[in-house]
Amino acid sequence: MLNDITLGQFYPTNSIIHRLDPRMKIVLTVLLVVFLFVADNLYGFILMAALCVLAVIVSTIPVGYILRSFKPLLFIIFITCMLNVFLTDGRILWQYSFLKITYEGVYLAVFMVIRLFLLITVTNLLTLTTSPILLTDGLERLMSPLKKIKVPSHEIAMMMTIALRFIPTLLEETDKIIKAQSARGASFTSGNIFARAKAMIPILIPLFISAFRRADELALAMECRCYSGGENRTRMRRLKIQARDIVALLISVVFGVAVLVTNTLF
Amino acid sequence: MKIEIKNLTHIYKQGTPFEKKALDDINLTVNDGEFVGLIGHTGSGKSTLIQHLNGLLKPSSGEVFIGEENIFSKGVDLKEVRHKVGLVFQYPEYQLFEETVYKDIAFGLKNYKVPENEIEEKIKTAARLVGLDEELLQSSPFDLSGGQKRRAALAGVVAMEPEILILDEPAAGLDPFGRELIFREIQNLHREKKLTVILVSHSMEDIARFADRIVVMHEGKVLMDGVPAEVFAKDEELNNAGLDIPQVTRILNSIRKMGYDIRDDIFTVEEAARELIKLTGEKNA
Ligand SMILES: Nc1ncnc2c1ncn2[C@@H]1O[C@H](COP(=O)(O)OP(=O)(O)O)[C@@H](O)[C@H]1O
Ligand SMILES: [Mg+2]
Repeated sequence: MLNDITLGQFYPTNSIIHRLDPRMKIVLTVLLVVFLFVADNLYGFILMAALCVLAVIVSTIPVGYILRSFKPLLFIIFITCMLNVFLTDGRILWQYSFLKITYEGVYLAVFMVIRLFLLITVTNLLTLTTSPILLTDGLERLMSPLKKIKVPSHEIAMMMTIALRFIPTLLEETDKIIKAQSARGASFTSGNIFARAKAMIPILIPLFISAFRRADELALAMECRCYSGGENRTRMRRLKIQARDIVALLISVVFGVAVLVTNTLF
Repeated sequence: MKIEIKNLTHIYKQGTPFEKKALDDINLTVNDGEFVGLIGHTGSGKSTLIQHLNGLLKPSSGEVFIGEENIFSKGVDLKEVRHKVGLVFQYPEYQLFEETVYKDIAFGLKNYKVPENEIEEKIKTAARLVGLDEELLQSSPFDLSGGQKRRAALAGVVAMEPEILILDEPAAGLDPFGRELIFREIQNLHREKKLTVILVSHSMEDIARFADRIVVMHEGKVLMDGVPAEVFAKDEELNNAGLDIPQVTRILNSIRKMGYDIRDDIFTVEEAARELIKLTGEKNA
């Protein structure tokens, strides 16, 4: 039941996108997100969509897998779309008492939806093609200049690593507890909202207890191995920019420039 | 109550790169009142199999009958199935959540709307059956020792008075004394309440002494199925499945292969000693 969450989970294959340097992937993701916000006409969006489709194809991740990750966000996208359609002023297409749809509203809504879908695809691609360890490694390295102004970049990265590491564990644990309580006749889908909230207690209490126990054990294990933060730590895997990273950057920049050109032309 | 499993296959995370066939065309019948030991190496599919017996997992294909009822056919209330089929998970103490042991055991009873005036009686009976001191009923489950927590969790299922009791590694993580006690209590339940019992374990020594019948699983399939003596006679096959037969049985097997006449259904040191004394006695005579 909880296995259906694909948003932001690593999907291991050995595609060239998977093998890109995580720092480059993070930078490219930020870059593409910026381009998506800069694009303001149909041609720009077509270019960005083409780039996304290209990236998805190269990543060899099944399209169904990416489509599934839209599911939990469809509602938000729908609301955004409706707000734009009904609340934008302009040339009126349709009107009924206080409700009105304007030409500009539809136009904005379509762009907003395309933009959201592409945003989700881009950010999803980052987490789908990068293992959590590499992702936090990359982040730590990108943030390391901030150490100069006392930002604890190693500690932040370590906390993120641990959090990411325990998401599947906690999901598994939740699944187990739900099953164990169901085996004792608990049901979580019947009754009104209060009954349902109350039905969560037999899940939440054991879950919290086990999360605290795990945190405690992990802290102890780290101390036993003399973990003391980022000072003087070396790493097993050194990140190195390769030719493919430069190529990926160039392709993205070319698309970005093209988007800017469409902005001035149309 | 009888259990019938027909062509049961279960595939986890179907259609993703993590796809895993955990059960592969399982056919198995457990008769009313039987005590079956389900054995297999870690990852052989034991836990997956038993979660189908009360509908916690849905089969990718195949059917499960509890009594005469196909529990995965349309319109079957799985909550009622779970009343008849009690399932005790591995490390069940991690599911305790109430303020007192008493309330925790009552959780299942309340879910099944057992009348208030019967609850106390049922809880006390359950506590006695699993060997839990009545004084502990009012303490917090989190103050109990490991073995006591395990019993409290077990009582939570036993109190619901299921007709079939399934236990996943009930002795995991207990000391030898605690293991022995838990197994004896399960045997008691089987005898006193005439329950059909499926006991999951990866330890031959434990199961051999209590089960009437042993089912060995290997890589999602049923590898062997028979009375303990039958199963233990095939020590090589068992070894290939990553399982060991009890040490005493192995010793007696080798002695028998040397040509001595020794029974093949001995699984405890005491019995083996008696049999060997008898043997040497005969030789001396
Ligand atoms: N929730 C799950 N998702 C994916 N694979 C699983 C899941 N649960 C179990 N498996 C896999 O199914 C196989 C059988 O597991 P399990 O039934 O737990 O075996 P056992 O109880 O005999 O140790 C194992 O290979 C395990 O990795
Ligand atoms: Mg198991």
